Amino acid sequence: MLRTPSLTIIDRFWQFAALLIATLVLLPVLAIAWLAFEPTGDVWGHLFLTVLPGSLQTTILLMLGVGLSTGITGVVTAWLVTMCNFPGRRIMDWALLVPLAVPTYIVAFAYVEVLDYTGPVQSFIRSVFGFQTSRDYWFPEIRSLGGAIFVMGAVLYPYVYLTTRAGFLIQSASTLDVSRTLGASPYGLFFRIALPLVRPATAIGVSLALMECLNDIGAVTFFGVKTLTFSVYDIWLNRSSLGGAAQLALAMLVMVLLLLWMERFGRRKQRFDSGGGSKHRPPTRFDLTGPKAALALIVCAMPIFVGFVVPALLLADRASRRLDDLFSPGFLETIWNSFSLAAAAALLTVVISVSLAYSLRLNNSGPLRGAVRLASIGYAIPGTVLAIGILIPMARFDNFLDAHMEAWFGINTGLLLLGSGTGLVYAYVVRFLAVSYGQVEGGFGKITPHLDMAARTLGRNSAQTLTQIHLPILRPVLLSAALLSFVDCMKELPATILLRPFNFDTLATTVFEAASREAFEEAALPSLAIVLVGLIPVIYLARSSATSFRTKQSKRQTAAAA
Amino acid sequence: MQSKFRALSGALIMAAAAATSAPALADGEVNIYSYRQPFLIQPLIDAFAAETGVKANVIFASKGLGERIAAEGENSPADVLLTVDIGRLDGAKQLGITQPVSSDIVNENIPAQYRDPEGHWIGLTNRARIIYASRDRVDQDSITYEELADPKWKGRICTRSGQHVYTIGLIASMVAHHGEEKTEEWLAGVRDNLARKPAGNDRAQVKAINAGECDISIGNTYYMGKMETNDKEPEQKEWAASVRILFPNAEDRGSHVNLAGVVLAKNAPNKDNAVKLIEFLTSPEAQRIYAETNFEYPVTPGVEVSERVSSWGELKPDALPLADIAKNRKTASELVDKVGFDNGPAS
Repeated sequence: MLRTPSLTIIDRFWQFAALLIATLVLLPVLAIAWLAFEPTGDVWGHLFLTVLPGSLQTTILLMLGVGLSTGITGVVTAWLVTMCNFPGRRIMDWALLVPLAVPTYIVAFAYVEVLDYTGPVQSFIRSVFGFQTSRDYWFPEIRSLGGAIFVMGAVLYPYVYLTTRAGFLIQSASTLDVSRTLGASPYGLFFRIALPLVRPATAIGVSLALMECLNDIGAVTFFGVKTLTFSVYDIWLNRSSLGGAAQLALAMLVMVLLLLWMERFGRRKQRFDSGGGSKHRPPTRFDLTGPKAALALIVCAMPIFVGFVVPALLLADRASRRLDDLFSPGFLETIWNSFSLAAAAALLTVVISVSLAYSLRLNNSGPLRGAVRLASIGYAIPGTVLAIGILIPMARFDNFLDAHMEAWFGINTGLLLLGSGTGLVYAYVVRFLAVSYGQVEGGFGKITPHLDMAARTLGRNSAQTLTQIHLPILRPVLLSAALLSFVDCMKELPATILLRPFNFDTLATTVFEAASREAFEEAALPSLAIVLVGLIPVIYLARSSATSFRTKQSKRQTAAAA
Repeated sequence: MQSKFRALSGALIMAAAAATSAPALADGEVNIYSYRQPFLIQPLIDAFAAETGVKANVIFASKGLGERIAAEGENSPADVLLTVDIGRLDGAKQLGITQPVSSDIVNENIPAQYRDPEGHWIGLTNRARIIYASRDRVDQDSITYEELADPKWKGRICTRSGQHVYTIGLIASMVAHHGEEKTEEWLAGVRDNLARKPAGNDRAQVKAINAGECDISIGNTYYMGKMETNDKEPEQKEWAASVRILFPNAEDRGSHVNLAGVVLAKNAPNKDNAVKLIEFLTSPEAQRIYAETNFEYPVTPGVEVSERVSSWGELKPDALPLADIAKNRKTASELVDKVGFDNGPAS
């Protein structure tokens, strides 16, 4: 058997597969670009004068606000749990990730229920002070830009926490020790040494949080906060200008590319940073006692309380009044729908991520790299717009196939893909590929190329190298990538609404339907289900990332001792 | 590489497994795309199934279904699209996703003013856009839309978004009656009287009146009935009990009404059943369900409104032709942006 020529064929296959996948993922984006050339009517003059300046400003303020709030919360809590010792630290270490399980639209519903004029907080204030109407006192309006920043910050900070914590953990402890020996105070250490070093990792987290924030449609619609995403939706559906909506969506993609660039930039720096630090040992923690320990505990507990405990308790309370719904066959079917769709999409997403990352590893050519990078911008396209971008090429494909099958074989295939769940799975893959690809790519980055060379020298072809060397090493990364995509798919709302088949409900659409008729109680049980299902992978992820770090350390220590 | 393929095909099988109910093309079914919420149309679907044995499949979304039908093209499984507001009925016709219904039954049941002259859309019910007024804090028994801009309402009005089809319809009727300039002035006046930024649906406004956040709100009639009879959310009965309905402009031109209706999809695969469904929806039996269960105003002559609806008072509908409302919708939407209606009262 001749190995040498087959090598190049297989390598070519990888490249071909990667380009094909990238094209498929890019197709909806291209469809949107194509739609942007549709006649837009005369909406633009009017929009430029009245709508766009406001929504641009709102979007920038929202991103600034969410960036600051997630950045500060994420960095401070990450620093406390990695660099300080205080009672409860071990629990906080993973519990800080828990708000990630709560979708922004659910946390928005929950806080309106709590903080609105009719909610318990304001009712309490009125009963204490004897106020009669809203004109008698001032209370911050939750359905506002400030409210949106508050609720998004509450559930998006874990992105920053996750990456920054990892950043602190891989910082060479010796760097910090040297600074300490040279007389740096804990605060000096934080601001002058640790913070600049961890900045790339934080930038990655913030850019992820901002992409989620840019994409949100549920919470901003509910709050009446008119962001660019909101405007895309509004121009398309209320003003019936698909072309205008597509143009604005394309303009938004520029913002997203900036965020992606920021994330890339962060990763590049990070790789450089960890490159030299092969002699890791756990950083020495500051022991906190008394009021300082209490303060640290409170600072860490606050975000968990705001982003998870309050909404979850509220949902649990409301859901408990509707427990009989739990055993209705409709509800079980809804759970199954959500689960199976998300599982299929997560699996596919990971397979695609591996193919893309591996073909780049084999052949880091310019066009391929560009295609792969572009393939991850789906993350930034608002779900509604993406749904349209999928609807159109997929419907064309279905109709094309149907026409030919009919002509050649007399088979009527109808809307083969669109009418099934395939359109949904496709949408999820396009939308969340970036999440999983980022993880997988990072995982590949940590495997030294020497392993590949060794494997190839020992006669393995590229596919064998992948299955026998890389995949076993990458297993934890693949799992966490799959879990993250799974949770994101479970939470996805706008594309699901638009692309789902007949008589088909998921947990997210059930929440949406109940909320759209102000039946918060009815929305509570499915909301709680989304949160609980989302919780499982989040906790697993949090625990395993802590454990794997610990095992790595103990292995190193063992190795050092030997 | 083989295992690679295995993984991929495994994922695809999973994907296929996740793909459940494929669109129904068999006899005995009809596919409904609905902008109307499932709980509103379920009683009608049940009655239709009982009478004809035809099973209805439903997709509900609040936005974008017309676009979906357009994209699906020839193979679209959609048979009918149920929607509210003349703007959307007319919009469906403009999108080219409809075909004319020629049915003597429909033409007999529905007065010509509530149908497209070519039969591209058929009106099914009317809903009046009325004022909900606090029982405790509002004394007057009549009101006009014009009056909402009067400073005496400062900080007392709640409403949903100005860009919602219902609000646009009302503003478009104001444009038709008073012209663009006057309407802009009026809209700015209403904005200044708002108690809060427009948000939530019609029920949320009544909830706010009950809590004391505002004193009057703009809403559709049938929500009153839906709240009064809501056994699942008993607190909504309390909201309803705190308000009464005032029919605006009862003494002059009458109250603004918006039409809910149905279109037959251009490529309806089950056309016979779809036409049967449309005929059924215009029948006195279905119109009675609309009246009794959904508290809407039937359009078929001879079908009475429900007792509950008549207890709210007499509706005198504004006789403005639907075409005039449809024509002014764009202007209305631009005025909403221009005065910054959805930003709420200037503080």
